[in-house]
Amino acid sequence: MSSTLPRWIDVGVMPLLNILAAFIVSGIIIAMIGENPFTALGVMLKGAFVYKGALGYTLFYTTNFIFTGLAVAVAFHATLFNIGGEGQAMMGGLGIGLLVLALDAVLPAFLLILLAIPVSALMGAAWGAVPGYLQAKRGSHVVITTIMFNFIASSIMVWLLAGTLMQPGQMAPETRDFAEGVGLLKFHEIAAMLGIKVARSPLNLSFVIALAAAFGVWVLIWRTRLGYVIRATGHSEKAAIYAGHSPQRIIIITMAISGGLAGMMALNEILGVQHKLILDFTSGFGFTGIAVALMGRNHPVGIIFASLLFGALYQGGAELDFEFKTITREMVLMIQGLIILFSGALVYMFNPMVERLYHRVFTPQKGTA
Amino acid sequence: MEGLWLQFLLTIDATLRVATPLILCAMAGIFSERSGIIDISLEGKMLMSAFAAASVAAVTGQPWLALLVAIGVSVFLSLIHGFACITHRGNQVVSGLAINILASGLTVTLGIAFFAQGGQTPFLKGDQRFSPITLPFADTLRDIPFLGPIYAEVISGHNIIVWIALLAVVVTSLVMMRTRFGLRLRAVGEKPEAVDTAGISVVLMRYQAVLIAGVLCGIAGAYLSIAHGAGFVREMTAGKGYIALAAMIFGNWRPLQALYACLMFGFLDAVAARVQGLELPLIGEVSSDLILALPYVLTVIFLAGFIGRATPPASIGVPYVKER
Repeated sequence: MSSTLPRWIDVGVMPLLNILAAFIVSGIIIAMIGENPFTALGVMLKGAFVYKGALGYTLFYTTNFIFTGLAVAVAFHATLFNIGGEGQAMMGGLGIGLLVLALDAVLPAFLLILLAIPVSALMGAAWGAVPGYLQAKRGSHVVITTIMFNFIASSIMVWLLAGTLMQPGQMAPETRDFAEGVGLLKFHEIAAMLGIKVARSPLNLSFVIALAAAFGVWVLIWRTRLGYVIRATGHSEKAAIYAGHSPQRIIIITMAISGGLAGMMALNEILGVQHKLILDFTSGFGFTGIAVALMGRNHPVGIIFASLLFGALYQGGAELDFEFKTITREMVLMIQGLIILFSGALVYMFNPMVERLYHRVFTPQKGTA
Repeated sequence: MEGLWLQFLLTIDATLRVATPLILCAMAGIFSERSGIIDISLEGKMLMSAFAAASVAAVTGQPWLALLVAIGVSVFLSLIHGFACITHRGNQVVSGLAINILASGLTVTLGIAFFAQGGQTPFLKGDQRFSPITLPFADTLRDIPFLGPIYAEVISGHNIIVWIALLAVVVTSLVMMRTRFGLRLRAVGEKPEAVDTAGISVVLMRYQAVLIAGVLCGIAGAYLSIAHGAGFVREMTAGKGYIALAAMIFGNWRPLQALYACLMFGFLDAVAARVQGLELPLIGEVSSDLILALPYVLTVIFLAGFIGRATPPASIGVPYVKER
């Protein structure tokens, strides 16, 4: 869709307008339920930023969304739609779990952590590369295949965690705890070492890894040959073929990178907080990644901001449970759905209106000179 | 032997009951996707209408009214999908996903606001829901060898929506393959330019298709909460919309084949519920978790062209831009 708007409006104003629309609709629904939407917003903001440790929790969720958002964005650059973030993250977690459970009696914690990072990425990458391969070589569409792969991954997790991997004598579908010390350092622990007192929160080193991954994606997409080819393939497959590239190879590689990023989300949840493998630790964060990528316009900087917004929504949403009888954190899911609708499917709805407005304000009237 | 035969019949009976929402949603998917609009929002529409049906049934005690409202809600979501995908030419997968997530959040939010039971609706009893219909003479004919139990266990004792679902397959098949409307609808999904050239509105055809899909998903949702179940529980669709999507693909976007796929997936589900923990010779302990994953695995294999050949509508997922 061609747009005559300048870049700052396209990148800055339009996403805000789309989010605003989502929030207005959410506000109307809250009002219909009989609560004050502004009070709810205030509670969420306080819950996300003001209370002790709140910011830590917000950034903890942000970490998940940076990983899954980057995963979706990388695939988008090759016009591939990876809805398999959930499954890829589960597989990343499974990789970490199997590695640590098998070796934590033998290897030192430090070495295990160093190994767990590439293992999570590799497992996720494998779970992304197979749908990529099936699209490239067998012509099955990556959207459908990744949906199916989510369910297959989930079944494998249930099967393993309720069976072989379940801690003996336990009824909950989870493994035994990892050995002492096998986990990423938390920020409040690091701060304590430096003699600074910070409120306890699950925020851990994964946040730094996520920021590094965001920088890595920026370098990959805009500063390397591979990234150029990925974008070229996304723009025009034919042109990429004429330039001597194999779109099939690019599809598989892109899906592998995308899956790898989603897989690393497990670092935050499993190695950062749980220190054991549990069921459903992905809790829909893979899908949220789609909203994050859409809002962040597939750019790492945009994704970090969008992740922060969603991190605040999730943490602030948890606060709703305590403050209100009638509205709960599921509200956030609703807002998320609306955000995907307005900044994804209806992304151009406001364009004609804004264009008219822009030209009325900024374009000099013809015939007056 | 007698016991085993009865067990088998009960499994077939369960298959029909489990397959009903799959069949309705698969037919919905066929209408939408044959017209060129990808619909992964079967799940969300079904969830939302299941909630609507249970709420109305709980408040008014009228199952037919509940069914009607369920259809209305589902059609409304279809209109949003159409508005985004047809009118604004938005990404169809994104729109579908938005509807699914929206439904997940909205059902629980509204459920808590309306009934304050943690997202559930009140338990429905008696004639607040569609009860099983025992066909005439089911009990007297039961003793007839072979045919008697089949009549009494498999054919009799289903609620009205099971029959509606089977009827929907026949109607879908006839409409799609034998009517002018069906021909146009399929053409819109294959080559919209041709339909446009013939002076038929692509936009109107596609809107009609997603509307019909909405109606069918609405019936499926009502089935879950006020016919098969007795009230709404959060996330009660539990991926059934996606299984229906898989069945539709597995049936190659054709009504009859999709019906068979739904029955097969329903059968796997019914079997999985009965064999958990069973020890089999050679295979060892049967895992129902893995049986439940089979529909997804089979669909992936089918799509990859290892069994049969998937032929989706040619213009699926492509918004139509009228040439100027």
